[in-house]
Amino acid sequence: MASGASGASGCESAPILRERGQREVFCGLTGIIWLHRKIQDAFFLVVGSRTCAHLLQSAAGVMVFAEPRFATAIIEERDLAGLADCNEELDRVVDRLLARRPEIRMLFLVGSCPSEVIKLDLSRAAQRLQAKHAATGGTGVRVLNYSGSGIETTFTQGEDACLAALVPDLPLANADAPASLMIVGALPDIVEDQFRRIFAELGIGQVHCLPPRKAADLPAVGPETRFLLAQPFLGDTGAALEARGAQRLDALFPFGAEGTTHWLHAAARAFGVDEMHFRRVVAPGRERAKRALERHREQLHGKSIFFFPDSQLEIPLARFLASELGMIPLEVGTPYLHRQHLAHELAALPASTRLSEGQDVDRQLDRAKAERPDITVCGLGLANPLEAMGLTTKWAIELVFSPIHGFDQAADLADLFARPLRRRDVLKV
Amino acid sequence: MQLTVWTYEGPPHVGAMRVATAMEGVHYVLHAPQGDTYADLLFTMIERRSKRPPVTYTTFQARDLGGDTAELFQRAARDAYARFQPQAMLVGASCTAELIQDDPAGLAEAMGLPCPVIALELPSYQRKENWGAAETFYQLVRKLADKALVRSERAGRRPCANILGPTALGFRHRDDVREISGMLGLLGIDVNVVAPLGASPADLARLGNADFNILLYPEIGDTAVRWLEKTFGQPTVRTVPIGHGATLDFIREVAALAGVDPEPALAADPSRMPWWSRSVDSTYLTGKRVFIFGDATHAIAAARVARDELGFEVCGLGCYNREFARDMREAARLYGLEPLITDDYLEVEEAIQALQPELVLGTQMERHIAKRLRIPCAVISAPVHVQDFPARTSPQMGFEGANVLFDTWVHPLVMGLEEHLLTMFRDDFEFSDAAGASHLGGHGASAPPPPVEVAVLEPVAVEAGGWTAEAERELMQIPFFVRGKARRNTEKFAAEKGLSAITLETLYDAKAHHAR
Repeated sequence: MASGASGASGCESAPILRERGQREVFCGLTGIIWLHRKIQDAFFLVVGSRTCAHLLQSAAGVMVFAEPRFATAIIEERDLAGLADCNEELDRVVDRLLARRPEIRMLFLVGSCPSEVIKLDLSRAAQRLQAKHAATGGTGVRVLNYSGSGIETTFTQGEDACLAALVPDLPLANADAPASLMIVGALPDIVEDQFRRIFAELGIGQVHCLPPRKAADLPAVGPETRFLLAQPFLGDTGAALEARGAQRLDALFPFGAEGTTHWLHAAARAFGVDEMHFRRVVAPGRERAKRALERHREQLHGKSIFFFPDSQLEIPLARFLASELGMIPLEVGTPYLHRQHLAHELAALPASTRLSEGQDVDRQLDRAKAERPDITVCGLGLANPLEAMGLTTKWAIELVFSPIHGFDQAADLADLFARPLRRRDVLKV
Repeated sequence: MQLTVWTYEGPPHVGAMRVATAMEGVHYVLHAPQGDTYADLLFTMIERRSKRPPVTYTTFQARDLGGDTAELFQRAARDAYARFQPQAMLVGASCTAELIQDDPAGLAEAMGLPCPVIALELPSYQRKENWGAAETFYQLVRKLADKALVRSERAGRRPCANILGPTALGFRHRDDVREISGMLGLLGIDVNVVAPLGASPADLARLGNADFNILLYPEIGDTAVRWLEKTFGQPTVRTVPIGHGATLDFIREVAALAGVDPEPALAADPSRMPWWSRSVDSTYLTGKRVFIFGDATHAIAAARVARDELGFEVCGLGCYNREFARDMREAARLYGLEPLITDDYLEVEEAIQALQPELVLGTQMERHIAKRLRIPCAVISAPVHVQDFPARTSPQMGFEGANVLFDTWVHPLVMGLEEHLLTMFRDDFEFSDAAGASHLGGHGASAPPPPVEVAVLEPVAVEAGGWTAEAERELMQIPFFVRGKARRNTEKFAAEKGLSAITLETLYDAKAHHAR
C-alpha cells in the first residue's frame, strides 16, 4: 500500500556521509524521562556522577514532577579511592530508596560513563539486590540493569538497552499457545490503546506491549510471537526477542497514513487477516489521517528540511514528510543507522537525500548554514543559535515526548513541523 | 555514594562553562563523552543565549577507550583553535575523562598552541559547580592579568574599580551589573573591568589598573579577588548590596575606598521600598514566618531584608554550598537559628515541612517543595530556571533591586486588605475560604488541590445520547489543559452533523475536522 516502499529507487544503496567528530547529542540516560512515566511502578537508579544527575534534571525541563521515579547514586571520591566499597554503598542507597518508595516493583540500576569506566559490575549488583529484596512487601522487587552511558548509547538507545534488559525476564509462552502479537517500544497509553482497538477489529486477539504499564504485566514470548517495532531505534531489543524465537514483522514505522497502514498491514498478513477485511478496518482511520494532513500539506509542500542526528527517528520522519507532505529532505542525519530495520524506510526516501551517520557538529552546522533549509530539526543546544541566524528550527526532543504514531496523530506530527513555519510567518517583531 | 533526586549544583566543569560562556574570546576544550554536551542547553534554552557556548567536547566513545583518546583530545584542541581563533584557551576534563587520566594540561602544553592555554584541574568527585566557576576564574585571572602593571597616581583622575563575579547562567547577574555600574557612575567612579561577564582575555590583563575590586558574588569571585589583593594591593568591597540597608552600607564602603563623598548618591536614594514597607497596608507582613534557603550569599542577604526591612520572622535559614558554611553559621546566629547546611533536597523538604513557614524564599527546588506544600514562595538564588531570566530588567542588587525584592516577595502572600476580607466573610455561605487569594489563581496558602478540569466547559447542546462511555474515557486520556477544547470542538462538530451520540469515531473525526 505504501507506494515508495517496494520501488528500487530511494536511498537503499545511497552513499552515507560517516562523521567521527564532535557529537552534540544526549546520552542514553535521557530515555529515563519517558520510560519512568511509562512503567508506572518502576524506578530508575542511575549509578553515576553529579553530571548524570544534572543532565536528568536539565533534560527533564527542570523538575516537572516533585519526586520522580528516578534518582542518581552519585559516586564520590571515597568510592573511587577505595575508602568505601562501591557495592556496599550501592546496597545502602538501594535500601534507603526502597524503604522510601515501597510501591516500587521494578528497579533498574542504570550504568553511566563513570560506572562503565571503573567497571562497576551492575549485573552482579542487580542479582545480589534482587535476592536480598525478593521478599520485600510480599510481591518482591525485580532488580534489573542496563547501561545508559554516553560512551555506549546515544539518546534513544537508552530505551533500547532498557527493553533489551527486560527480554531475558519475559516469561516463556506455552508451547501450544496461539500466535500472539507484541508491540515493541514505549508509546503513550492513548496511542497504545488506539492500536489495540485496531488489532482487535482486525481479529488479532493476543496483543501485548513491551514495555508494559505495570512491572507484573511482562508479556510472554516464544516461537509463536510476532513483533512489530513501534520505534526505529530498537536494534538490540529486536535481536534479543529474535534470540528467544520471536519473529520480527518487517514494515515501515507507523508515522503518517501510509506508514501506519503499512505497519498494520504487516501484522494483518502475518495473522492471515482477509485483505478485504483489512481494508475495511483501516479505511476510516486512514482517510481521516489523510484529510487532516491535507491542511498541513499546503504549508509544508516544497519546503526543505535538514535533520541533525538525535533520536534515530530522523529517517522515518523524513520519509513521512517527503512522501505524504511533499517536503524536500536535504540532509537526514542519524546517530546510528540500522540498515535492516530501516530497509523499507530507506527505499521510500527520495534519492536526492543526503544521509549522514554520526556527527561532526561544526561541519554539519556549516552545511546547514550554507543550504539554509526552511526548517532545521535539531537538539536544544543548537536551536536558539540557529534561530538567531534566521533559520527556523524544530526541537527534536518534542518528537520523542509527544504522541506522534498512528493515524490519529499523523496531523499532530505534521503540525509539529508546520507550527514553527507558521510562527515565522505571523511574527512582526 | 550519595542518593540524589535533584541537585542544587552541577559538576565543576559546568562552573567552568559558566565562566567561559560569560567571556569573549575564550574557548574551552573539554575532554568528555557525548552526553556531557547537554550542558549547552543550559545556556541556549534556560538563559536564551543566541550563541552556542564556546565549548568543544571531545565526545570519546567506548570504542575509543582502547585506542588513543589523548590523540583525540589533541585533534579536538587543534581543530577548535583553527576554527574559533580564541585569545585564550581553557582545557580540562569532565568526570568520565578524569577517570581515564589523559592529562589534558600536559597534552595541550605539548601542542604549543599560539595562544595562552589555561589548564583546569576540577576534581569532579569532590567539588561542584560554584567551586568550578571560582577556580576557573581564578586560574584565568592568575594567568592573564598583567603583573607588571603599575597603577597611575590617584591624584588628578577619577577613581576606578573592577566589578567581579558575574557569570553566564547567574541569578540576575546581567541586571545587577547594570544597577551597580550606574551607581558607581553617580559616585563619580569609573568601571575598569567587569569580569567574567563580558570580559575578554585582554580585559583581564588590565585588572591591575583598578584602585579596588567590588566582589558581587563571593561564590564565584572570592578566590580570584584574594589573589588580586595580594598581587596588586587592591582592597575589596565585600558588602553585597542586596536590600536597602545593604545598599546604603555598600555605597559608604565604596565611597570610603574611592575617597569620594557618598552623600550625593545617598541623598539621591530613589528607592520606594522603605515607604512601601512602612505604609499601612504592609502591617500584615509583620511577623510572617519565612524560611530562607539558597546559595550562602543570597540567603544571608535575604535574611537581613526579611527581618529588618519587611518585618518578617526568619524561622529557618540555610545554604547548599558548604564552602560558605562558616559565613552562614555566623549569620544564622544573628537570628538565633541553627543553620541548615546541606545539598540534600530531601532534607530541605523535611525542614520546610516541619517548620510550616508562611513564606519560602529559596531556589527553584524550594519553589517546587513550596508548591506541593501549598506555601507561597519566591525565588532568591540559583539554581535557575527559564523564568529567572525575565525580559525586563529585574536586579536583586542596589536600590532598584530592593524594590524588586519587595514586589517579588510580597506578591505571593495574601494581600493585607484581602486578609481582612477573608476573615470577615469566612462564615458566609456564599464564600469559599478554601479558594484562596483571588490574585493567586487558586495557589494561595489555603488553596485546595487545583481542579483537574480547568477549562470552562460550556456544553454545546447535543442531541439525546451525548458521550458514549468509551468516548468519554478516551477524552479523559487527553491532557487536562486541552481537554476542554477537545470536548467543545467535538460537541460542536456533533451538533453540526446532527449526530445523536458522540462515539470514539466522532471524537477523532472532530479532531481531524478541526486540525489546522
